[in-house]
Amino acid sequence: MSNAIKLTIIGGVNKDGTKELVDRVEINPGDILGIVGPTGSGKSTLIDDIEQLAQGDTPTGRRILINDEEPDTKMRVDPRLKLIAQLSQNMHFLADMSVSEFLQMHARSRGKDPQLMHKVIELANILTGEPIHEDDHLTVLSGGQSRSLMTADIAVISDSPIVLIDEIENAGIKKQEALNLLAGEGKIVVVVTHDPVLALMASRRIVIKNGGMNDIITTSTEEKNVGDRVSEVDNWMMDLREIIRRGEIVEGVV
Amino acid sequence: MKLVVVAGTPGSGKTSVLLHTIQALKRRDNKPAVVKVDCLWTDDDKRFGRLDVPIRVGLARDMCPDHFTIYNTEPMLQWAEEEGANVLLNETAGLCLRCAPYPDSCLAVCVIDVTTGPNTPLKVGPLLTTADIVVMTKGDIVSQAEREVFRERVLEVNPDCMVVEANGLSGKGAIELAELIEDSVEAGKDMELRYNPPLAICTLCSGEKRVERKYHMGVLRHLDGFMEYKGE
Repeated sequence: MSNAIKLTIIGGVNKDGTKELVDRVEINPGDILGIVGPTGSGKSTLIDDIEQLAQGDTPTGRRILINDEEPDTKMRVDPRLKLIAQLSQNMHFLADMSVSEFLQMHARSRGKDPQLMHKVIELANILTGEPIHEDDHLTVLSGGQSRSLMTADIAVISDSPIVLIDEIENAGIKKQEALNLLAGEGKIVVVVTHDPVLALMASRRIVIKNGGMNDIITTSTEEKNVGDRVSEVDNWMMDLREIIRRGEIVEGVV
Repeated sequence: MKLVVVAGTPGSGKTSVLLHTIQALKRRDNKPAVVKVDCLWTDDDKRFGRLDVPIRVGLARDMCPDHFTIYNTEPMLQWAEEEGANVLLNETAGLCLRCAPYPDSCLAVCVIDVTTGPNTPLKVGPLLTTADIVVMTKGDIVSQAEREVFRERVLEVNPDCMVVEANGLSGKGAIELAELIEDSVEAGKDMELRYNPPLAICTLCSGEKRVERKYHMGVLRHLDGFMEYKGE
């Protein structure tokens, strides 16, 4: 499913029940939108509203439009028609089955070829240092492995035009590669993040305060430059991490 | 009068989902009444009571809770009528998963907890397979993929049901449920169960405490599946 679509968020109320300051956000195909704000301010709630295609029926009273229209009920419930793939913070698996069994079942629930599981595992192993095997039991995967697997699952099986990501930086995976992988071509990516690398990769970011959308900031050229520098630093950190992981010494490494 | 029978595995969040659904129903100008059936103890009447709706509690005690619910369905409907309600929400405490307390002309709602893993829908039996609506709770604790796999498993055993993803904490799904309740059938006169209850009353049901085989009568099933009738 790669048909480009437009997403619109229509503001509701904040935690006190007063109207949000931002009352309309339009997101076009190919856009990366950040969501920032203090912990507990309601960033995940905004993501959830989008995931549910809320129609004033969640505590925030927000409404989500697809191509300027209210999505029909079927679109809201059937994963085969689902426009949204979500990478949530909750990544520990509870399903009592193997990686391959789970991925095949997930592919079937999305009306996709179960054999795609090979591709998912292959991709996941690019993102994580610890390889995942088909026969591994889901429940024993580490946090990083679980996230990588779900990132790859979203890129391959839940290939939806809208991708929601909740705090990918806590995952211990290659986050820039993950974001590029998820963004794909013409997708809308909404990413909740405190991470300057990811926040500045977005073209705009919504600022959440007290449960409400308080402001929307467009990333300026100067901010983009800062972003590039932070990326360099971040890549340097990643390289150092790898060197230390391999048991080598970092003296003299630049 | 509409009859909504809400059943589900213990701890799945039946009461929490119902609390939000009642609020949604009230906002849409309905008059819901609630009968909560439990086995030994409940204080859910206090939780429901805060919503200012007519509430009654039935404790099945040593009677099978499903049997108790069915046996009392008629008086429950009568009571709700007298209270001026247009929807009777009946939360049951069905436990053995062997039968389902759903009459034909009711809205049968099965609440099931996603965190119990994708094999659970295969184990729940008629409680799930004969439901009109399957409410999946606690989806916020697992990944989207896991929710989708769970949903697929539910549809495998009950292809005709509507799946509603609900959350007893945030109230997600409550409006959807309220809409489905409004669209449901009116409770009929000569209602019949959707699924046959267990084979027969056994000797334990009538108070037998002794374990040895010779004391047990009725329709009995051996370990190897062989069935016999012992008695007069």
